[in-house]
Amino acid sequence: MPRFCHRYDSEGMSTHIVILGGGTAGTLTANRLRRMYDAGECRITVVDQDDDHVYQPGLLFLPFGLAQPRHLVRSRPHQLHAGIDYQRSRIDRVDLDARRVHFAVGGWVAYDVLVVATGARLLPEETEGLTGPGWGENVFTFYDLPGAMSLRHAVQRFRGGRVVVNVSDLPLKCPVAPLEFAFLADWYFRRCGIRDRVQLTYATPLDAAFTKPVAAKALGGLLADKGIELVTEFTLGEVDGAGGRLVSYDEREVPFDLAVVVPLHGGAAYVDRSPGLGDELGFVPVDPHTLQHPDRAEVFAIGDAAGLSASKAGSVAHFEGETLTGNIARFLAGRPVEPSYDGHTNCFVETGFHKALLIDFNYDTEPLPGHFPAAVGLPLLKESYANHLGKLAFEWLYWHTLLPGRELPGIGAEMPEQGKTRSPA
Amino acid sequence: MPTATYADTAVPVDDEGFFTDPGRWSEPMAEQIAEESGIEQLTDRHWTVIRFMRQQYAAKGTGPTVRVLGKTSGVSVKELYQLFPKGPAKTAAKIAGIPKPRGCI
Repeated sequence: MPRFCHRYDSEGMSTHIVILGGGTAGTLTANRLRRMYDAGECRITVVDQDDDHVYQPGLLFLPFGLAQPRHLVRSRPHQLHAGIDYQRSRIDRVDLDARRVHFAVGGWVAYDVLVVATGARLLPEETEGLTGPGWGENVFTFYDLPGAMSLRHAVQRFRGGRVVVNVSDLPLKCPVAPLEFAFLADWYFRRCGIRDRVQLTYATPLDAAFTKPVAAKALGGLLADKGIELVTEFTLGEVDGAGGRLVSYDEREVPFDLAVVVPLHGGAAYVDRSPGLGDELGFVPVDPHTLQHPDRAEVFAIGDAAGLSASKAGSVAHFEGETLTGNIARFLAGRPVEPSYDGHTNCFVETGFHKALLIDFNYDTEPLPGHFPAAVGLPLLKESYANHLGKLAFEWLYWHTLLPGRELPGIGAEMPEQGKTRSPA
Repeated sequence: MPTATYADTAVPVDDEGFFTDPGRWSEPMAEQIAEESGIEQLTDRHWTVIRFMRQQYAAKGTGPTVRVLGKTSGVSVKELYQLFPKGPAKTAAKIAGIPKPRGCI
């Protein structure tokens, strides 16, 4: 790795890398960079508005009593290696010309390299009626901690009726999570002995259970096996909590007694206040292979905050980390950045009954059956107990391997081809 | 590759009928494609969206999603569905002679 960070500004200060966001992507980026450069070579600052780092994959399990909230939250600064500055501040805007980040309370910090890692923001108020009557009573989301906790009470009180799980529109974090919620709801109500009194529906704006054809077929088959109705091309226009109806823009209706809605997503609010930084939805459009901003060579984005066609998932942030930090080093050394990120994504999909399936894909290759990471390994696109254990083991790996910016055992950033089965179309 | 004939001109399209070469499109073709998509007559509002789709494709290399259209075209998502009932982003892209918009995930 090139170690060229010896650019000093007019005041004799060393290079300053500012990372906006102390979540999965920002934390692993800061820790990787800290290992690459000595403290004297480079100053690294992480900025976030609060100190709560939430293990987001755990939110899925909260409503079913399979996780406890106090185990999901840790201190953001405590996940950062020594020698990384942590600034707890709300960001007002980024001035790209002056290379400064302005804070809401006043003051600013200057950067030589800026990494946008502020993730995605939930925008329930952008859907008509979603935060109106019924919000928190019979309409919920499990995509944040308070939402998942109030849904837990509603699920525990539920004695029968129509449950709908709905994705309002793309993009969304962890696109398989709503499917997992439906699978776990089937399992939960069976275990409670009331499944025959619960009608489960999955309503999606997609034309199938998932985007990519082979996975869509496998996941759609699981929905059918579990007796979960699939409603496709349903783009949520309005939520009528009092009347218990979801209404699509093309005026179809799905009735419910309990609605679990994934709200619209956008980028962090300061992106909209920073001319030239983001796109229409507040995500930062960067090159899909180098992660560099098209107009500003010193600006990069990683994880959910990036406006890419890759999934918004922790595994993506992890696989992007190597490309991102390598390219920051190349940029600082005056060398060309490398287009090494291939869109690699890897998701355990919890399917209930102590089973999970695993999908692994990138920009060019859809999720395929076979084994991961090689011919001997976890089964792909197929339910197994081993994958369920993998999903549970991931929580430990998240805090102890992924956030510190280390490699996962046996899994590289590039998508493995070995072990996958390509069947004729 | 399949072709379709609009305004007496054969043009290459994909399996779902989207143009693969937006340069081959001309305005007279739009009425005919619209009719095939179940839209009787193109109004000024339809044309606002069609021209916006082509402009976005030229600038970004892909047509916008419904949500982005609603935020940027000056036509609300609700009205977009009234104008193009069977899915605004796809239908408008087809009529505007641009490839199928790339989704996310």
